[in-house]
Amino acid sequence: MDIQLTINDIALKVPEGTTILEAARTVNIDIPTLCYLKLNEMHYNNNIASCRVCVVEIEGRRNLASSCSTPVSSGMVVRTDSLRAIQARRAMVELLLSDHPKSCLTCAKNQDCDLQSLASELGVRHISYEGDESEFEIDMSSSSIVRDPNKCIRCRRCETMCNEVQTVGVYSAVGRGFETVVKTAFDLPLSKTACTFCGQCIAVCPTGALTELDQVDKVWKALNDPNQFVVVQTAPAVRVALGEGFGLEPGTIVTGKMVAALRRLGFDRVFDTDFAADLTIMEEATELVHRIQHGGRLPLLTSCCPAWVKFFEHQFPDLLDIPSTCKSPHEMLGVLIKSYYARTLGIDPKTITVVSVMPCVAKKYEAARPELSQGAETADVDIVITTRELARMIREASIHFDHLKDEEFDHPLGESTGASVIFGTTGGVLEAALRTAYEVLTGETLEKVEFEVLRGMNGLKEAVVPIAGRDYRAAVVHGLGNARTILEKIQAGESDYDVIEIMACPGGCIGGGGQPYHHGNLEILSARAEGLYREDRSKPLRKSHENPAIIGLYKDYLGEPYGERAHKLLHTSYVARKKI
Amino acid sequence: MCEAGTPNQFAQKLDNYIDSLTHKKENLIAVLHYAQEIYGYLPDNVQWHIAQKLDIPSATVYGVVSFYSFFTMIPRGEHVVNVCTGTACFVRGAEKLKEELENQLKIKAGETTPDNLFTLETLRCVGACGLAPVMIVDGKVHGRMQKPQDINEVLAKYRPEG
Repeated sequence: MDIQLTINDIALKVPEGTTILEAARTVNIDIPTLCYLKLNEMHYNNNIASCRVCVVEIEGRRNLASSCSTPVSSGMVVRTDSLRAIQARRAMVELLLSDHPKSCLTCAKNQDCDLQSLASELGVRHISYEGDESEFEIDMSSSSIVRDPNKCIRCRRCETMCNEVQTVGVYSAVGRGFETVVKTAFDLPLSKTACTFCGQCIAVCPTGALTELDQVDKVWKALNDPNQFVVVQTAPAVRVALGEGFGLEPGTIVTGKMVAALRRLGFDRVFDTDFAADLTIMEEATELVHRIQHGGRLPLLTSCCPAWVKFFEHQFPDLLDIPSTCKSPHEMLGVLIKSYYARTLGIDPKTITVVSVMPCVAKKYEAARPELSQGAETADVDIVITTRELARMIREASIHFDHLKDEEFDHPLGESTGASVIFGTTGGVLEAALRTAYEVLTGETLEKVEFEVLRGMNGLKEAVVPIAGRDYRAAVVHGLGNARTILEKIQAGESDYDVIEIMACPGGCIGGGGQPYHHGNLEILSARAEGLYREDRSKPLRKSHENPAIIGLYKDYLGEPYGERAHKLLHTSYVARKKI
Repeated sequence: MCEAGTPNQFAQKLDNYIDSLTHKKENLIAVLHYAQEIYGYLPDNVQWHIAQKLDIPSATVYGVVSFYSFFTMIPRGEHVVNVCTGTACFVRGAEKLKEELENQLKIKAGETTPDNLFTLETLRCVGACGLAPVMIVDGKVHGRMQKPQDINEVLAKYRPEG
């Protein structure tokens, strides 16, 4: 049933249950918000009305109402722009600022902070309130995420993300009154919890309370060390998001400019994680066939995503034998750079620094996992920076990104196919795997390479693909809550899938915790995904097994896919962890 | 305040109680009450255990424990003395009563005496406003606690004889 009301003298009709905020937006009236965040595609709704920034005046009511949590009612007369509402909003922001560090100029979120923008939009020119300022320790215990509770405004967006979307539940509001702050269980450092480092909390944090562990200076140091041969690799999802850091439209493909910028920054070689994505397909597809032929346990679960890996280690330690043993693509490339490529160049792997540019903060943690230093003499990957950090490095070096001429990746570890590019979005890994599995198993050419049914933002996507007389049951899930649902089915023996692609971040890597901030606009994620599919279509080769550099690598160095050397270098193992 | 028994007996008792509940997650607060009755307080490992049994994040349990002043995460003395700081008691001298208790017990609110006999705490309205100001010792309400002598007499009842 529709409800009739008036907002700022505009009469409108909206469905029952609509909030004043949503109703106002339908007639292009914006009400400022801070704690409120609704991301429909992720089933994320944080409307706890804690910040009171969205207050409006309702005729006949004594108190102002928070528009994010008040449903419309028949005949309601709302004013969003009255002096009282505007003054109240400004007062709320002043109160928040009175207990907030005034270090905006040196904050990692400077010019990317919702609180800062709001203070600017609402014309806050001084802070009328003086009072205590909270003092909390900064948590720098993990390799991925820095928590500065002093900058926390208690909006609890991170808690909603972690509990409801990701079902990891690391955060909770702790204490009461002024002392309240979002903390971990027993105030443990994040590194001691079941945090997966997916970084979705960072993606929704409106202030600088949650940020990535910054490694930019470490990269600059390596680049300026004459004794280091510094090799960089870039993940698929970076090339369709990096441009946003320079004012380009989301989804703009900036692969060539990115490569040019990396050379200007001084990297000795610029390689593509896409190469290793093609390699992952070879290894994972062979592993799947091996399991089917030898009666191994099914379904096979993909293992490219380090946050998902840590999730199952904590939450499903009884299922450690079903994920693929494949290392993630950037780890594969790291180990190959320090073995195969070092041998080709005739240089000592210890003098090579491998830097990965990732859309992800969990990759930082992954690179620091002790078992991922085997195979080469030093860690597979030495430093991981996010898309955001790379954008910053390019700005620090005063490179005019938009004016750069396109350049190509270095050979041979920069060669890739369209199949590897789509790794960066949900469904891409499975689609790439099916393109190869079909041709390898049937010996026939796959004419239509697109698997539309595996694309898009649906939490669970399924396909049954007949290949060489057998139906392959495949599924794609993204977001750890969706992963939990499917793993519980596997645990209960109710799953008949052969293979499942799982990514921790909603949307896959395009929505990673290290990408430029979306500020609640998820159309940005779709635009990035579309960018990757465009890049796939533009590639002359679109199937991983056709990558000539991959064929050469197996012939010259690795031997058979899933063979002995491949096992030693490209595969890994998992550990059971406690659930805290 | 805590019961006598070994840690294993405590854990068994708590598990039996949780197992007897039809709705588990929904009864977090009741489970925490029960656990505090057994253990006397709610240490991290007990909270963690409850989180596993109820299948909820331990951060959520910790958040609830930290919110309610009734729950404590530090061991308490044999007797818990609470001063009501609700409005009626406040008006009729709760602050003075608290200070007097701090003097007599030689500890601050939130602390436990070195002999582990008394813990002094404050809480909000207990609904005995007619008797304000009140103190509560081990759940028993003592009203009109204004004279130091009266306060001393109440405390004496809980001290071991001699």
